[in-house]
Amino acid sequence: MSEDVIKTDMVIIGAGPVGLFAVFEAGLLGLKCHLVDNLDKIGGQCAELYPEKPIFDIPAIPRCTGQELVDGLMEQCKPFEPVFHLNQQAESIERLDDGSWRLVTSEGTVLEAPAIVVAAGAGSFVPRRIPLPGAETYENSSLFYAVRKMEQFRGKHILVAGGGDSALDWVLSLQPLAASMTLVHRRDDFRAAPDSVEKMRRLVAEGQMRLVIGQITALAGRDAQLESVDIKTAAGGQEEVDCDTLLAFYGLKMELGPIASWGLNLDRNLIEVETEAFETNVPGIFAIGDICTYPGKLKLILSGFHEAALMCQKAFKLCRPDEKLVFRYTTSSTDLQKKLGVI
Amino acid sequence: MAKVVVVDREGVEHVLEGQAGWSVMEVIREAGLPIEAACGGCCACATCHVYVDEEHLAKLEEPQPDENMMLDEAFQVQDNSRLSCQLKFSDALDGIKVTLAPEF
Repeated sequence: MSEDVIKTDMVIIGAGPVGLFAVFEAGLLGLKCHLVDNLDKIGGQCAELYPEKPIFDIPAIPRCTGQELVDGLMEQCKPFEPVFHLNQQAESIERLDDGSWRLVTSEGTVLEAPAIVVAAGAGSFVPRRIPLPGAETYENSSLFYAVRKMEQFRGKHILVAGGGDSALDWVLSLQPLAASMTLVHRRDDFRAAPDSVEKMRRLVAEGQMRLVIGQITALAGRDAQLESVDIKTAAGGQEEVDCDTLLAFYGLKMELGPIASWGLNLDRNLIEVETEAFETNVPGIFAIGDICTYPGKLKLILSGFHEAALMCQKAFKLCRPDEKLVFRYTTSSTDLQKKLGVI
Repeated sequence: MAKVVVVDREGVEHVLEGQAGWSVMEVIREAGLPIEAACGGCCACATCHVYVDEEHLAKLEEPQPDENMMLDEAFQVQDNSRLSCQLKFSDALDGIKVTLAPEF
């Protein structure tokens, strides 16, 4: 097991804009970073919630989209070779004898570092679960919020809920395997790619699957086995759809997750920090960006950038206790310019 | 001052002072009522979902395609469902009554 442990200077939880800028600031000080994020991509809310929406309040960038900001930050921190561990959640944390931290993710990645930085925004993105009585009893046996192995759905009577790309993609991929396929969506208009929608409509026209316009109102089954789903149709009627598998894709929501139980002082799901180094009540664990709170805190990306820079000064002392840090500018320091690879 | 009436998830009514030019979500959030509004009001989530009373529903502008698309990610959507971040408050909406949709 020990050979699988990754040792680094800083583990950053959250690969959003503030986490990425922390990589840059840490890099200037010679610190290496690993990042953990539950999304399948880099960029946090900027990439997941509003990649195409404009941002106007980044200093010296009068206008950019969420995705452009992420792309710029990636380019800026690239010389420091950050390592990303995506599709996994920071799960548990433990202090080692030498004072550093061991963090284990939901995928079993083990990371050790003197500094842990929580840059988790509003928490990690997790699928929205169906808020109906009994839904949790079916979860992972006949109700799923993600598809890991397609084969497990062969021969099943599948109901897919949702109107986005995830819903339509899985309808198209699983329909050939399924005993029957039904898609339920609240209106006859889909945000998924037009090409997928067209393919789905063709299957419906050919009688290979059904499309029901309406909303799920109740689940029925026995033990952990779903047997049917009640749907209130948009036309005002009620329909019962027999199915043994429900795949629900209602998008993602953000929740603090396991971090809530790490012993950090919280104020309404935000992590309390001091404002010199943005360290939490637990030495060596920092919190920056939207997830941290202190008197006067503003949830702005630019505030997160500032917090990242100050945090790195303290993190440096933890990572390099025997070295002295000299404050330099990228404009004039050949040392920093060498680190950036520009000379 | 024009009012916004908010019914919370326990059924309790709160009468708030509406600020013209603010979104209804902002009025609710400023009052400290439990509305998540995760994306901060840019119509990129569905966590400010409310039900609007019939009388005022007719006075609102029709939802933009963006808002309808985000409502797809909400649950228990009704004909009077709206995302409160997209409802700009004005004196013409005095007395608007919104009910917070279940958390999801």
